[in-house]
Amino acid sequence: MHVTSPVRTPLVTGGKTYADVTEDICKQVEGKPTKEWKVAFVISLAVLAYGTVCLFWTWWEGLGVWGLNKTVGWAWDITNFVWWVGIGHAGTLISAILLLFRQKWRTSINRAAEAMTIFAVLCAASFILMHMGRPWLAYWALPLPNTFGSLWVNFNSPLVWDVFAISTYFSVSCLFWYVGLVPDLATIRDRAQNKVSKYIYGVLSLGWNGSARTWSRYEYISLILAGLSTPLVLSVHTIVSMDFATSVIPGWHTTIFPPYFVAGAIFSGFAMVQNLMLVTRVVYKLEDYITFEHIESMNKIITLTGSIVGVAYLTEFFIAWYSGVEYESYAFYNRMAGPYWWAYWAMMTCNVISPQLFWSRKIRRSVKWTFFISVIVNIGMWFERFVIIVTSLHRDYIPSSWAMFSPTMFDIGDYIFSFGFFFTCFFLFSKYLPVINMAEVKGVIKSTSEKLPLKVSGVSKAERLASPAYKKDAE
Amino acid sequence: MAEINKKFLVGVYDDEDIALAAVNKIKSAGVKIYEVYSPFAIHGMDTAIGHPRSRIGIAAFCFGVVGFLCALTLTTWTMGIDWPMVIGGKDPLSYPNYVPAMFELTVLFTAFGMTFTFFISNGLGPTVKPLLFDPRCTDNKFIMAIDLSKNKLSETEIESLIKASGAEEVSVKQL
Repeated sequence: MHVTSPVRTPLVTGGKTYADVTEDICKQVEGKPTKEWKVAFVISLAVLAYGTVCLFWTWWEGLGVWGLNKTVGWAWDITNFVWWVGIGHAGTLISAILLLFRQKWRTSINRAAEAMTIFAVLCAASFILMHMGRPWLAYWALPLPNTFGSLWVNFNSPLVWDVFAISTYFSVSCLFWYVGLVPDLATIRDRAQNKVSKYIYGVLSLGWNGSARTWSRYEYISLILAGLSTPLVLSVHTIVSMDFATSVIPGWHTTIFPPYFVAGAIFSGFAMVQNLMLVTRVVYKLEDYITFEHIESMNKIITLTGSIVGVAYLTEFFIAWYSGVEYESYAFYNRMAGPYWWAYWAMMTCNVISPQLFWSRKIRRSVKWTFFISVIVNIGMWFERFVIIVTSLHRDYIPSSWAMFSPTMFDIGDYIFSFGFFFTCFFLFSKYLPVINMAEVKGVIKSTSEKLPLKVSGVSKAERLASPAYKKDAE
Repeated sequence: MAEINKKFLVGVYDDEDIALAAVNKIKSAGVKIYEVYSPFAIHGMDTAIGHPRSRIGIAAFCFGVVGFLCALTLTTWTMGIDWPMVIGGKDPLSYPNYVPAMFELTVLFTAFGMTFTFFISNGLGPTVKPLLFDPRCTDNKFIMAIDLSKNKLSETEIESLIKASGAEEVSVKQL
């Protein structure tokens, strides 16, 4: 039995009953695809097709088709990788860390956020494969017995750590997501009208029947999975940051990178969740499930992590000056006032200034503003990675080899590929799987549903309806 | 898991608080409850029915230990024994650098081992036909099943107990 304070704002509005929750979520899965969905899906397929052609050509011709040069040998490929991995952090944060903190508002958004995580990590992994140049040799990154004199991968290298971190993160996220899906798939199975969907959802739901014994174990493993995923999600971006931090390039060689990257990852991930959820919410009419409370809570996290990122930027500058190292100081001076000043200031404006607008209650509860700022944040976070990577490289130790980077159509095309892939996957998910975790939402609506007649947690119905929190919601 | 030729009394409840109270009431009357099925987890339901505490955490810990030992063996063997290499002037076996890989493998083994233990211990699998006393238990109803062969009280006595505890419907189901 759960206890929710009667003065808390309801997590789900509209007085939903358990049957309403099932109906609202399942009808998206059971109905025929809508026209909007088809149009959106075809567009994302077209984008994916264009990207695939570019990617094919990248692999066919070799990495020379990118705009890399001798000085800037790592640019959009790694920028996009870090950007997508960062986005992939929000799902696990919502479902694992917020579970440990008993933040019940996570229940309405965790399913879609976890799906987003999985697709974003796949996009990130595609950039690893891309910039290997010879993706068919990708298995060289694994510690497999071989005939090259039994040479092994180098466990001292952060790039190998990355292989372990990303693959573990991806598989554990899939597991977490699937375990959470099983009860909902069983709900769809028991409602299915035609044989094909009954069979498919029957296989996927693994014979789930919701017995108390199963639920008790389910709760147990959810908690342990959350406990495992929390350090895991922090380790992933820590290791990604070490790809840079363990090198000796001025601008990369800083100990602040792990916490700074983790905060940045959560920042951009939440912004992407906002973008996806705000659209899904309207298209699927889920306003009662993803309420202004949810939007506001996520915006608060965006403001917090955005501020941490801002502090990190300033700290980096201070330390560059305070260290007295000429190269370090120049790298940062060059970021701010060098030829890439516009990328630096785009990053600063988008990441540090724009989320501060959320201090206004009106803005953080506004759908339009939230959507707009979330897009801005994602642009800013892309620029952050671009600034860190390209501006630290383009002016190296010998001024005669200073260079600029300009992307070719294949740099851009391969980036477009990841968008096509991401949205194709997300649209498929949103059509064929329940976008909201029905079982978990049913577990938290009790305190708020006006249709429920009884005394809940010692609070009578009349008392519940008269509470200021209930009225606030009705506004 | 399905039992054969057994008679069950099935009570349908509308609300988890009523169902939980009903379980306590029926149990105190000396009736053994077979199982309660619900669309979501009800805290305290497992202990109210009298299910023992799950030992899945122990399994998780064991898998974690196995994962850690595998990672320890892998890094020690590849880096220190099979082909030792001096990288950056450091000892070929420099364990602090292997912590990330060890950590990831520990998590990987724990997560997968525990989840598959979960599936197996609950008898869940792609070909499993669910034992459903009432299909509404995955939607909005709370279903209590009582195995008559395991109880001393008569069918009518238990039925009236279920009804008195606030059930909406009571039916008999033969499996």
